[in-house]
Amino acid sequence: MTVTLRYFAWLRERVGRSEERIDVPPGIATVADLIHWLKDRGPEYAHAFERAEFIRAAIDHAHVRQEAPISGAREIGFFPPVTGG
Amino acid sequence: MSVAVQAEDFDISREVAALTAGRTDIGAIVTFTGTVRGTSEGTALSSMTLEHYPGMTEAELARVEEEAHKRWPLQGSRIVHRVGSLAPGDNIVLVVTASAHRHAAFEAAAFLMDYLKTRAPFWKKETDANGEGHWVDARESDDAALERWRK
Repeated sequence: MTVTLRYFAWLRERVGRSEERIDVPPGIATVADLIHWLKDRGPEYAHAFERAEFIRAAIDHAHVRQEAPISGAREIGFFPPVTGG
Repeated sequence: MSVAVQAEDFDISREVAALTAGRTDIGAIVTFTGTVRGTSEGTALSSMTLEHYPGMTEAELARVEEEAHKRWPLQGSRIVHRVGSLAPGDNIVLVVTASAHRHAAFEAAAFLMDYLKTRAPFWKKETDANGEGHWVDARESDDAALERWRK
C-alpha cells in the first residue's frame, strides 16, 4: 500500500519536508504502528515523533485517533494540537 | 453556510451584507472577530504566521458549521479564517451567525469558535522583536471550553 504522508507546523520543520510518498510495510495496521515505524527512519523522524502522545493525525482529511486502522488511506497527516482561531 | 480560508483581510460589513441580502426572516446577527495580540506572555511580537492543512481545513470548518446548524435554528452562517503572515492588530478569524432570535445566534457563534479552536487544522507561529520564532502551544482551556457543548 502506498500512501502520502503530510507534516505540519513543528513536525514539518523537524522532519525537514512537508510531504512524501511511502510504501507501507507489512504489519503496519494503525496510525500508532506507522508512528512507531517512522521513528526508526532517522534522527529527524525520531526527533519529530519523540513525544508521540502529543501528535495528532488525520486520515483523508478527517481527525482520527492513533489506534485507527490505516488500510485504504490515501493521505495521512501528522501535526501538533491545533492553535487556530 | 459557507467557509473561506484566505490570505487577504476580510470586511465584516461586506460579509454580513452578503449573508443577509434579500432576507427578511433574520432577526439577529452575531459577529465574532479574532485579532492578533501584540504581546505573548509579556514578550512583544513582530508578526504571527498561520499555517494550515489545505483541504482538511475547509472540510473541518464545513463539518463544524454543519453541526451548528443541526443544533440551532440558523438562517445563515459564515466562517472566514486568514492564513499566512499577519501583524499585531490584524484580523485572524471571523464568525457570523444569523438567526430569527438572538440566543441561537449568540450560542452558535460561541460554539463555532470553541470547536474551530480545537478542531480546525491551523497552527500559529509567533515571531518576536529579535526575529525568534516559536510555535504557539495548544491551551487546555480551549479543550475545557468544549465541555459545555457536550450533549
